[in-house]
Amino acid sequence: MIAEIGHFALLLALAVAGVQAVVPLIGAARGDVPLMQVAQPAAVAQFGFVATAFACLTWAFVVSDFTVAAVVANSHSAKPLLYKITGVWGNHEGSMVLWVLILALFGAAVAVFGRNLPPALRARVLAVQAMIGVAFLAFIAFTSNPFLRVFPPPNDGRDLNPLLQDPGLAFHPPLLYTGYVGFSVVFAFAVAALIEGRVDAAWARWVRPWALAAWAALTLGIALGSWWAYYELGWGGWWFWDPVENASLMPWLIGAALLHSAIVVEKRDALKTWTILLAILAFSLSLVGTFLVRSGVLTSVHAFAVDPARGVFILAILVVTIGGSLALYAVRAPALKTGGLFAPISREGGLVLNNLLLATATATVFLGTLYPLFLDAIGGAKVSVGPPFFNATFVPLMVPLVAAIAVGPMLAWKRGDLPGALARLWAAGVAAAVAVLGTLWLAGGPAGALLGLGLAAWLGVGALVELAERIRLFRIPASDSFRRAVNLPRAAWGMTVAHLGVAVVVAGITASSAWQTERIQLVRPGETVEIAGYTLLFRGTERVNGPNYVARRGIFEVSRDGEPVTTLYPAKRFYPVQGMVTTEAAIHTNLVADLYVVIGDPDSGGTPGGDPRVLLDAPADAAWAARLYYNPLVPWIWIGCVIMVLGGALSLSDRRHRVGAPSRARRPIAQPAMGD
Amino acid sequence: MTRKRRRLYILVLFLLGLGTATALTLTAFQDNLVFFYSPSDIVAKADVPYERNLRLGGLVEMGSVERVSGSTEIRFRITDLQHTIPVVYSGVLPDLFREGQGVVAQGRLGRDGVFHAHELLAKHDENYMPPDVADALKRAGHPQGEADPGR
Repeated sequence: MIAEIGHFALLLALAVAGVQAVVPLIGAARGDVPLMQVAQPAAVAQFGFVATAFACLTWAFVVSDFTVAAVVANSHSAKPLLYKITGVWGNHEGSMVLWVLILALFGAAVAVFGRNLPPALRARVLAVQAMIGVAFLAFIAFTSNPFLRVFPPPNDGRDLNPLLQDPGLAFHPPLLYTGYVGFSVVFAFAVAALIEGRVDAAWARWVRPWALAAWAALTLGIALGSWWAYYELGWGGWWFWDPVENASLMPWLIGAALLHSAIVVEKRDALKTWTILLAILAFSLSLVGTFLVRSGVLTSVHAFAVDPARGVFILAILVVTIGGSLALYAVRAPALKTGGLFAPISREGGLVLNNLLLATATATVFLGTLYPLFLDAIGGAKVSVGPPFFNATFVPLMVPLVAAIAVGPMLAWKRGDLPGALARLWAAGVAAAVAVLGTLWLAGGPAGALLGLGLAAWLGVGALVELAERIRLFRIPASDSFRRAVNLPRAAWGMTVAHLGVAVVVAGITASSAWQTERIQLVRPGETVEIAGYTLLFRGTERVNGPNYVARRGIFEVSRDGEPVTTLYPAKRFYPVQGMVTTEAAIHTNLVADLYVVIGDPDSGGTPGGDPRVLLDAPADAAWAARLYYNPLVPWIWIGCVIMVLGGALSLSDRRHRVGAPSRARRPIAQPAMGD
Repeated sequence: MTRKRRRLYILVLFLLGLGTATALTLTAFQDNLVFFYSPSDIVAKADVPYERNLRLGGLVEMGSVERVSGSTEIRFRITDLQHTIPVVYSGVLPDLFREGQGVVAQGRLGRDGVFHAHELLAKHDENYMPPDVADALKRAGHPQGEADPGR
């Protein structure tokens, strides 16, 4: 019964979205206010229905209702409650419901918080949002019904893929989707602006908070996914340039570009058509990401759907959305008036450079990710494009970007003074030199590490110098500086914090790729392994029983210079329901470096490789293959991402970004630039 | 600064970025495209791609997996049921590496005909058949290639 309610609610949501997609648009075209006002209650109702459907599906998972096909395929009565809930989106059907839930949530948020938006703009934004909703609700209703019943119901379910039974991955999809779908609002604003033929500073101010929220959620989602890959897959790496990872990186890069170009629209009334294009591209790439991972084109842990009908349906949504919006862009964009002029060396110029580098980087990732698919589709050779390609193209583009981040905010709007800005960044220059020389002294290279850490120091200190300038630190009494710091707009703090986050990430990426140490070795109980100054004494293995798995775990006593540090328990888990073995890495971190241990299989005469009996029944004195890593600064990658998100959140909390706060009254936009 | 001048600057910057990216990409592409072969592809090839980075895919032949005792070295054979290629790999096997299951090995084919793998891909799902492997098996006339590669 509950499942039927859910299914019915989903269909009602589809009907409401259909109305919401058409009626407000007609109203806006005719200037008919009652028709336009259909949009807000429709958006809220749509959210209500989708939320009901989602709640019903969650209920089916929580009570293990094995008459529902999705529950049978992805749940098990013995599974811990957390993973019963996260199992809702651990499968194709449920994950699409989550997708639509977040979409409807954003739509309702625009309806509720966008009271101060001009009625026509709000009606159009909500209508475009509803069109996306119609497409995806129809996709769910016609190709992937999550409430499909099975008869007769089996006694128990087939369980969730054990790799997904993990707290890190539990929250990865909702965050990632919040990012992807958040760009739909920006997209809807862009399409509405194109229909209206009007983009101004107020438009940019309305768009920025949504772009910020989407980008911050995407940052967190990607970081969580990468962290999961790091500790769960047992390969000691945190980014593999896997097509699925790239699919989420592309909208992130374009989203970052959009955040910055929207500033130029807001402050200087320039780069309008470009910003519109970025808004369209950010959501298009989110859709491409959804298509890549959901259509079965790529096979990975994410590819739940292999039904060709689904792939074709998503492809159709993709073609209509991207093709339609770009066609609209081609027709309408030339009509948008271009605004403020600026010299190449200026704040705007810096933001343009940021945009060019980010867009180019996106293009290289796009090429490397889709070229193999393209070649395969036209019947060419089967190839894969690996990390060396991305390292050779992506990294050189990031170097000037990171170098420029410190300089850009030091330039004035309109016309900047580059030598002056560089002179004021002397402290950052000193920090970079110290970092380079210090690295050379302590580690002696490699060249890439010198460059990376130098850049990180440059950017980190550069961001602080910019902050110090704003509060006139050391130039006026400290108490006045403090007062200035308190009164500084939150958005300014947000920028400084986010840029500091980038510096931390750069340092983490550089150090962990330059100085990762790996050791693969067969260890016998009582033997020791040395890595990076640590001594690990292998005490043998023991059997452990979990709620829905049995495990064999190794015991490694870690010491340094004779002092005990910790004990690590890397394990192999066997999940009998799915017949699957997973590796559980054991990690000791002191936030500066990680010691990372995984065990392979025993040298006990049995056939090596994944046979659970060999793993679980190995004699106590068996030697085990072990793989150890020492990963310097790797935690900084995720810490840096969290700092970036914090910066985004700070900026989002700025009063000026409160949705709909500013009126659209014509204010003089070309304010005199600083330093003029 | 006229509007035209500004446009010109932006255009030049853009072309510069595009040019750099294209140059980087093309060089990187040349060196880093990794081709996929099945055992039959390698046997059939006139100029066998010795000592080049490539991917070899197929099934892990039943009964072929053995550990060189006292070391982390593993020996096995990859088959597409027409031909087989012996493989050596040193390290920790992926969780889903099993006899009779699909696998993709990345590495180099030595002049002695032994494939030296530095990476084994057998990941994520036990029903997972790498699409390349499924395709290679289908071409070799094996029914498993027809099977649904996912769930």
